[in-house]
Amino acid sequence: MSPLNIQSGSTSHSAYDLRDPHAEVIEQHTLAVVVDNESGVLARVIGLFSGRGYNIESLTVAEVDHEGHRSRITIVTRGTPQVIVQIKAQLFRMVPVHEVHDLTVDGPSVQRELALFKVAGKGDHRIEALRLAEIFRANVVDSTLESFVFEMTGTPEKIDAFAELMRPLGLREIARTGVAALSRGA
Amino acid sequence: MVVEALREQGVDVVFGYPGGAVLPIYDEIFQQNDIRHILVRHEQGAVHMAEGYARSTGKPGVVLVTSGPGATNAVTGLTDALMDSIPLVVLTGQVPTFMIGTDGFQEADTVGITRPCTKHNWLVKDTDKLSEVIHQAFHVATKGRPGPVLIDIPKDVQFATGEYTPMPKAKVTHYQPRVKGDMEAITRMVEMMETAERPLFYTGGGVINSGPAASQLLREFVAATGFPITSTLMGLGAYPASGENWLGMLGMHGLYEANLAMHGCDLMLNIGARFDDRITGRIADFSPNSRKVHVDIDASSLNKVIRADVPILGDVGHVLEDALRLWKARGRKLNKAGLAKWWKQINEWRAVKCLTYKNSATVIKPQYALERLEALTKGMDRYITTEVGQHQMWAAQFLGFEDPNRWMTSGGLGTMGYGLPASIGVQVAHPEALVINVAGEASWLMNMQEMGTAMQFRAPVKQFILNNERLGMVRQWQELLHGERYSQSWSESLPDFVKLAEAFGCKGIQCKDPKDLDDAIMEMIKYDGPVIFDCLVEKHENCFPMIPSGKPHNEMLLGEADTKGAIGSKGAVLV
Repeated sequence: MSPLNIQSGSTSHSAYDLRDPHAEVIEQHTLAVVVDNESGVLARVIGLFSGRGYNIESLTVAEVDHEGHRSRITIVTRGTPQVIVQIKAQLFRMVPVHEVHDLTVDGPSVQRELALFKVAGKGDHRIEALRLAEIFRANVVDSTLESFVFEMTGTPEKIDAFAELMRPLGLREIARTGVAALSRGA
Repeated sequence: MVVEALREQGVDVVFGYPGGAVLPIYDEIFQQNDIRHILVRHEQGAVHMAEGYARSTGKPGVVLVTSGPGATNAVTGLTDALMDSIPLVVLTGQVPTFMIGTDGFQEADTVGITRPCTKHNWLVKDTDKLSEVIHQAFHVATKGRPGPVLIDIPKDVQFATGEYTPMPKAKVTHYQPRVKGDMEAITRMVEMMETAERPLFYTGGGVINSGPAASQLLREFVAATGFPITSTLMGLGAYPASGENWLGMLGMHGLYEANLAMHGCDLMLNIGARFDDRITGRIADFSPNSRKVHVDIDASSLNKVIRADVPILGDVGHVLEDALRLWKARGRKLNKAGLAKWWKQINEWRAVKCLTYKNSATVIKPQYALERLEALTKGMDRYITTEVGQHQMWAAQFLGFEDPNRWMTSGGLGTMGYGLPASIGVQVAHPEALVINVAGEASWLMNMQEMGTAMQFRAPVKQFILNNERLGMVRQWQELLHGERYSQSWSESLPDFVKLAEAFGCKGIQCKDPKDLDDAIMEMIKYDGPVIFDCLVEKHENCFPMIPSGKPHNEMLLGEADTKGAIGSKGAVLV
């Protein structure tokens, strides 16, 4: 994983990938932003998105380097190629931002999300829920006679799929962490 | 601690207004003589003064205000400075740390409110970190694309004693923007310059911000290549208005030759400008046949609005230096035949004389007033500030700027009320110079309380008010776009400006006859002190040329005759 590589005076090999900016294709990108873990830094990043009308599909943040006071923000966003490039440049120029990685462009990456599902039901529904949970490798982390809480880690798509299946079986609530992502390889 | 850090940063003047939450700092200011404090009448004025100071000196302007209303009043100025990339360091008081969040008296979430209108801001909760943050703040404000920064200091942090970190020992932030442009890209730029038939320099405020050396390099480059040059409102003065390659300002109210050259060029060299909507007009038809080079120190400006064929991230001065050296080393090649044809075309456009207006023997035309101001102050050590509106555009069209840092105007944000305080800030930095604020009466009233500051600190600023008793630009748009329904765009119940001047203790001059104008202007210039000049001008004059919103550069309106049905409903929704 290389940091957003804005070459001085960059052209073809630049952060500005030179696809047709007028193409109105909406792309989804996962960005990893390494920031100083200082008060207000998340508000700064979110304010950038709301102030300039960018989308946030999902967002996670936590400190990853306690000694260096660094946090990692993973943002899934959507926009035209031009907007995505703008978002990266806008993020990169913020004072507390150290690195901006576009995991969608940089190469293959792994993306995972954790979700908790509360499913209430009796009889066959309950048995079916448990059976599906097993197929999806979801763990039971809480159980009563009338409900389960399943815990599952996976791609957002897998979580969506599981939620769809649970809905008719008595799905009551979902809590999702949002995506955490890393590039593959060293 | 604060005063010591400012002193170490070379600050000689602070614009401010005291209040409960900054009393400890004010106590320190009282007990020293190195830093001068200019007491303003409203915090917005303090920030605009600091902007005027910064833009006329190239040094960061420093502001000190109290918590709550002191900070919120500074917000307009901060936004203005952010839009125009002006380096400011604003210090605000805050309620003591243990009271933050309790809705204390004069408490406001200052860092929250100012987060989107500063380049960066800090809330300092630890006195030991205070001096270091101040040093970092100056670094962030001035490096890269300049901008305003704010430090919020709770009162208990001001009172406490802590360890002082001297400037050389302060931890440098990782914020270190690149200044050198990529040589590969610069080579492509030079290659394009060698073959271009219809090249054009389009320069902006970045040249001014880069420092006097950048303006010098630009002049040398233009002279050596013979390329025509136009500039944005922000960039006026980087290339002298008397220079032979000068086409005048471009944009919505730019000159005919400048805008048609933008539309018709085959190589556009954007040096430190940002393709603002006042410049581009309709994006889809913007300079359709040109390859575009864009030099900017801010990566987020590149490819934001207009796609650049050669984006160059770097400081204008460095990039110009490298490009000029490379162009010379490669044998100073030019497409001479193409250039000659291009100049022939440009001279035909120039012959249209787009700034022509119908003068009058009985009423002062605003253009005439500025022509006379220009003629009578030419060659003087002169600085011009403006408010926002028609007068601002006329000033940009009719006044000539020979040097950078001589023209202070609110470009990006368009802040009415900017010019009077800015002129005071300029005068504080240049006590001997002639500082004139070209104003409209409506804008001027927005911060007229600062005449008190001008009087108190003997800043002999000249307030040249083109008084048409209208919000002229609003009126013009209503005429063109809203069926001549002049909703709320006249200045009712105006004060008598001469009596107002007397009330402030300065000089008031009123002039309404073109025959008296020269004498009146000379009287203003010669008077040793602030002057409010009430120049009664034609009430319904429109500002031309004009590219209506949503139109491309080649569909300019040159005068009244062109205006019928010029703007469709699509254009009307644009600003």
